[in-house]
Amino acid sequence: MKLNALNNFFFIAFPYMALIVFLIGTIYRYKTTGFKFSSLSSQFLESRGLFWGVIPFHFGLIVVFLGHLLAFCFPKGQLLWNSLPIRLIILEVTAFTFGINIFIGLAALIVRRFTNPRIRAVTNIMDTVIEFLLLAQVILGCWIALGYRWGSSWFAADMSPYLWSIIKLNPKVEAMSAMPWIIKLHVIGAFLIILLIPFTRLIHFLVAPIPYIWRPYQQVMWYWNRKKIRFADAQWVHHKPRNN
Amino acid sequence: MDIRAQTSMVFYLDKCIGCHTCSIACKNIWTDRKGAEYMWWNNVETKPGTGYPTKWEDQEIYKGGWEKKGERIQLKGAGKRKGLVNIFHNPNMPVIDDYYEPFTYRYLDLIESPSMDDQPTARPVSLITGKPIDIKMGPNWDDDLSGTPDFARNDPNLKGLSAAEQEAMFHLEKMAFYYLPRICNHCLNPACVAACPSGAIYKRGEDGIVLINQDVCRAWRMCVTACPYKKSYYNWHTGKSEKCILCYPRIEAGFAPACMHSCVGRIRYLGVILYDASQIKSIASVDEKELVDRQLQMLLDPFDSQVIKEAQSNGIADSTIKAAQNSPTYKFAKAWGLALPLHPEFRTVPMLFYVPPLLPVMASLKEAKQTQQGQKLHDAAKFWDDNWLYDTSTKELWGTLDEARFPLKYLASLFSAGDEEQVKVRLKKLMAVRMYRRWKTVGDVTEEKSNEVLKDAGLTQAMAEGIYYLTTLAKFDDRFVVPASHREQALEMLEFTGDKKGATGFGFKEATAQRGL
Repeated sequence: MKLNALNNFFFIAFPYMALIVFLIGTIYRYKTTGFKFSSLSSQFLESRGLFWGVIPFHFGLIVVFLGHLLAFCFPKGQLLWNSLPIRLIILEVTAFTFGINIFIGLAALIVRRFTNPRIRAVTNIMDTVIEFLLLAQVILGCWIALGYRWGSSWFAADMSPYLWSIIKLNPKVEAMSAMPWIIKLHVIGAFLIILLIPFTRLIHFLVAPIPYIWRPYQQVMWYWNRKKIRFADAQWVHHKPRNN
Repeated sequence: MDIRAQTSMVFYLDKCIGCHTCSIACKNIWTDRKGAEYMWWNNVETKPGTGYPTKWEDQEIYKGGWEKKGERIQLKGAGKRKGLVNIFHNPNMPVIDDYYEPFTYRYLDLIESPSMDDQPTARPVSLITGKPIDIKMGPNWDDDLSGTPDFARNDPNLKGLSAAEQEAMFHLEKMAFYYLPRICNHCLNPACVAACPSGAIYKRGEDGIVLINQDVCRAWRMCVTACPYKKSYYNWHTGKSEKCILCYPRIEAGFAPACMHSCVGRIRYLGVILYDASQIKSIASVDEKELVDRQLQMLLDPFDSQVIKEAQSNGIADSTIKAAQNSPTYKFAKAWGLALPLHPEFRTVPMLFYVPPLLPVMASLKEAKQTQQGQKLHDAAKFWDDNWLYDTSTKELWGTLDEARFPLKYLASLFSAGDEEQVKVRLKKLMAVRMYRRWKTVGDVTEEKSNEVLKDAGLTQAMAEGIYYLTTLAKFDDRFVVPASHREQALEMLEFTGDKKGATGFGFKEATAQRGL
């Protein structure tokens, strides 16, 4: 009974809490402190050490995240792919390799953050919190990949329906509550990270510069369109100034 | 034709005395903030020298600017593919040690020190970490070459010079140098704008000033790499890039920027130039040899009735056209053909022009007996009995240009993508004006000779008078012709100023203590 309540809290209440905080927090932060809507790059203060951390970390993270996303969106395809053991092994080895990449990169970044006095000067508490949280999460992930080699099939068969049920506002936690505790921890960690996104530097992934791909290289901005015909009796449509 | 107006600058290098008043004026107004201590939006370099940041001109290191690939140009170290691939770690980005680590001294230690046998000292501490540091580099560390030939020897512009030519330049006690003040060039084909992944950098249509929107900047740092002049700086505290804003709040009100206003040597000129924006792309991609000529061709005659008509139909205000007609920069760059852009081979089409320096080119140090001269001096006068003479005499008209102690090749590498003829033409004009004035004031040059020299240099007496006036007598309003922006028309500007304060180009609206959240 007690366990049931715990399961309900961690896999129903907590995910919704995390998603709501993420949504409202992100929008609020964008609206009020748009100036800070990025990650504070420290490459300018230290470049070489950053390379060995940031490259394996980001590319590992992108691959692993896309892997989770694919299994979440196409669980049937995932199961189909895993139907041959050799393919399952390929998938698990790839995922594990990139997971280890994240671990190595993150460890290098944490070491850099704590040993380089310049980087310490631009570190705040949330940087530290989120880095250790990510480290725990990636250790759990690698552990799952190693200890439960069929984990990806579990993701497709149980996790994906569970996540969809959350989205459909009809949460079904039966399959989740039957999972080993390590996978439970991994899921709770994931929602904790989502919850913390608006309060940390992780927010920068939301402003990834995708429009740069189709934008023209040069940008010229005009304050005033002199060719525009203006009518004296037209309504004032511009926004009210915020700052004066 | 797509006529636009550009606020452009001219620096007359012969008159620069290297006093750094411009740098201080700029620093006091704009960059005396945390994270910006190391930035010098305006700086003055000693040339030959390595500059700031160290060796910024060497694009093999920093990969700035554009490069020509076939008929087209592309960014050397940034752009859509390279920029996005390297977005997590930018391999060509300078780090703070390429500039210098900002520092201060623990002055309080001098006062609070207990009584002891030795003098107390104020130790230098880093402004980043707050910890004591050994200063390795500072602002203008290589000023006046710092008593070592090392800075001059590492000047990237010496690449084209032979070993003998370099040796001649560096011969002890013969070494010459001049000053190169630098601000943002507010280019027509800015590499920083093209490299910015978040689209935070833009060129203002009305006056061509290039700005970084601080609210949109997301610390991808590509502009720092892309600007070949290294005039985009990363603020490590706010996580935003910042650059020279050409004091746009002053420009909008019709005042000269602080660096120009404060210039002691009065070397700086600011004015509007009308140009044909539809040509920018083709001009940026021509062969290196044509770059200067084609850029000057693009600048339009503001008195041409056709140009005026097109400009008006393109929405350029009459006050701007009038300013373009009185523009000192148009005269220097186009009408008189005296000024050259800095490193046109970077292909950003910079709109800051330099009148190349004549004095270190002409003068040379010769061995001569000076004992007789010394005997004429008063006993109290200081006299060096070293038999060296700083010789500025000219044997024949243009003879000294060819045997200049400052090889033209060196100047050409800075101002004309290696084309010595471009520099030579301009130096000849500078000499011709001097001879013309010699005839006028001293009289030991005949009128015929002065006219012959002017004709040879491609000038008329009226032009020579104009050059003389603008370089020696010109008043404030002659040197800075700034059309104030039309706020009475642009209610948006008036309404939005409060919003944009702190958002455009510098600073922030929020407290920065928690930055990094």
